[in-house]
Amino acid sequence: MTIERAYLFKRFERFWHWSQAALVFILLASGLRLHGVYGGLHFLTALRLHLYAAWGVSLLWVFAIFWHFTTGEWKQYVPTRNKIGAVARHYAWGMFLGEHHPHHPTPQHKQNALQRLAYLWLKLMINPLLWISGILLLLATYNWLPAAAWAAPGRGIALAAWAHTAGAYLMMVFVIVHIYLATTGVTPLAHIEAMITGWEASEK
Amino acid sequence: MWMRLLVVAGLHLGLAALGAPSALANTTAGPQAGLLQSWNGVLPQSRGRWTPVDHKAFKELAGPFKTPEAVTRACIGCHTQAARQVKTTIHWTWSKRDPATGRMVGKKNVFNTFCANITSNEQFCTMCHVGYGDTDPNKFVPFEARADDHVDCLVCHEQTGDYHKIPFLGGNPAPRHMMVRPGCAEFYGTDKAYVDPPDLAKFAQSVTAPSRQNCGGCHFYGGGGDGVKHGDLDTSLIAPSHALDVHMDVKGLNFTCETCHITSDHALTGGHYHLDAKPENITYQRGNPHGGDPVACRSCHGDAPHKGRDFSPTLNMHTASLACQTCHIPEFARGKVPTKMTWDYASAGKFAPNGTPLTIDDKRGDNLYWGVKGDFTWGRNVVPAYRWFNGTERWMNMGDKLAPGADGVAEVNSIEGSPTDGKSRIWPFKIMKNNQPYDTVNNTLAVFHSFGLDDDAFAMSGNWQKAIAAGMKAAGLPYSGQYGFMHTRMYWPITHMVAPAKDAVPCGQCHTGNGRLAGVPGLYLPGRGSDHLPWLETLGKLAVLLSLIGVLGHAGIRILLWLRRRGGKR
Repeated sequence: MTIERAYLFKRFERFWHWSQAALVFILLASGLRLHGVYGGLHFLTALRLHLYAAWGVSLLWVFAIFWHFTTGEWKQYVPTRNKIGAVARHYAWGMFLGEHHPHHPTPQHKQNALQRLAYLWLKLMINPLLWISGILLLLATYNWLPAAAWAAPGRGIALAAWAHTAGAYLMMVFVIVHIYLATTGVTPLAHIEAMITGWEASEK
Repeated sequence: MWMRLLVVAGLHLGLAALGAPSALANTTAGPQAGLLQSWNGVLPQSRGRWTPVDHKAFKELAGPFKTPEAVTRACIGCHTQAARQVKTTIHWTWSKRDPATGRMVGKKNVFNTFCANITSNEQFCTMCHVGYGDTDPNKFVPFEARADDHVDCLVCHEQTGDYHKIPFLGGNPAPRHMMVRPGCAEFYGTDKAYVDPPDLAKFAQSVTAPSRQNCGGCHFYGGGGDGVKHGDLDTSLIAPSHALDVHMDVKGLNFTCETCHITSDHALTGGHYHLDAKPENITYQRGNPHGGDPVACRSCHGDAPHKGRDFSPTLNMHTASLACQTCHIPEFARGKVPTKMTWDYASAGKFAPNGTPLTIDDKRGDNLYWGVKGDFTWGRNVVPAYRWFNGTERWMNMGDKLAPGADGVAEVNSIEGSPTDGKSRIWPFKIMKNNQPYDTVNNTLAVFHSFGLDDDAFAMSGNWQKAIAAGMKAAGLPYSGQYGFMHTRMYWPITHMVAPAKDAVPCGQCHTGNGRLAGVPGLYLPGRGSDHLPWLETLGKLAVLLSLIGVLGHAGIRILLWLRRRGGKR
């Protein structure tokens, strides 16, 4: 068994990942406060955190989308059947036995088949759900679209708010699983180190 | 390296985020921006400053005056239209047609949940009428039958503060040496057991534009005493602090009542039989043609009154559904004067051993029981009730059939409003409850004779049967002879005692599960659990819980098996 190191995550990706992580945590924490899940923090403070972080993450996503298309990195998320059974078996069984991961990441193929699906789900379902419902909430409540009859009064806003809530729960599930899976590298800190330095260690 | 990048990019992000809402503030600020700052010195500050006339200099007012009517004749000798103007206003008629419902309103026509009705009690109640009647306690002269010199100019214009209209004299000041009636000392304006006829010339010479004390002489004492009726009007507003009322603050803007309730031809604006709950396009500004008046906050403050903070647009969005008063009058009765919250006529009629109506006060001096009126509860710093309100109140007229709601309570003024009619906003209210007599056969609220010096008066005899019979007769209504007590409710829109911005209702008092707006429909209120989708919340929490259990279970097996493998290697 040899340990191989590959430079997987470029500077922008690492910045994007960690700033997005910070913003998502701020959004979740402040969002749960706004939702009434816990008290203590002043409602207005939570709202301001939520709005600033929302603007921040929107800007970040604009940059990230631009980066993905100009660099062609979007192809990393195209679904594949390649080794999908083996990868699934690894997470459900092989990992417990200390088996090697069937996928060997390279800069051209960073993600295994399940990662591709998971991130595609995040980027095409969870993020847009939160983004679109959030924008609708802003448009309606701040009356940026005065003609928005759907928003007046209450019902349309409630639909957007419910969609936003659903997105938040999905995001929480994603975050929990994502953080756990970050510990499943060749060593428990290998993936995390990769996202800090860019260099991923894997077994061959 | 990546850390430096993060910091730099983060800074840019922060700036971009800051820029977004402040750009909004510019687009939502109305034409009123800067108006408030320029008010000092523009608006009439306090009584007297805006008249070039000193009435002491007029020989017409030198006196002596034998009767108050003689004073009025002196007034209308110069102010030729004044009496006729006053007689067209509700201050004189106590009656008007409500344009929204087409019903007759005004004290003469409607019930209240305090002393219930004027009819048959006029000689007592008219001590708050802007007129003079007959000093015979049993002889009420209808307003429309009174000559111009029976308009009371002094009650609104005299500035000595010593002018008092005496109960049971039809609105006149004391014409002779009189004993103070027990329980009424507040209205005689004396600590002594008697009053003497006042020097009317002194009042006449002091006249000027009305002060808060003039209006308050009646409006602070509505319902039978200081602060009793409104909750947001009591004697604490004669010289209020900034904390009590930012506009009337004696050391600040020092508004009189008429700074907002602007007057023309002796007719005042405002009043609560019907009001504009969502006024729009009524900017009150010099040079701006308008049919509005400054009685609504928006006349001066506009629709986007919050400015200059990153969350100003967030506050401004609330004006679409909230009245300004809803946040800016966090509690009423804040001036240490309590207001009456409930009244129970059913318990009235007990007399003390000496034959006077029984009186029970608590340690603070709040009157908890009076034989003439029954049991009371009082409130200080009361959090209002909140309802959608479009400005229309449907008033119960004398003779209307009772239609109590599902809770068994009949409303003497049911308020209209809904989240969808486009005319409503959520308003704060004082809700005053009573339990008052009604005709159980005819199903009408009883008009009863509570105050008088005759034996039919409930205050004298404590006999409901006689008091109701006399009242119904005076109102021209049938009385079956059977009475019971009906729970009643009355809504008082709260609009005075505007607190400083820092004391406005904090977000968290509505944006919470069981807050001020709990139960108010037609909103999605972030933080209010009742607006959530129950199944979505359950499903979401379950999904989060399951993923936590899943990853912990997975991690547990991983660690366990890793430990076993490691042990095996050794």
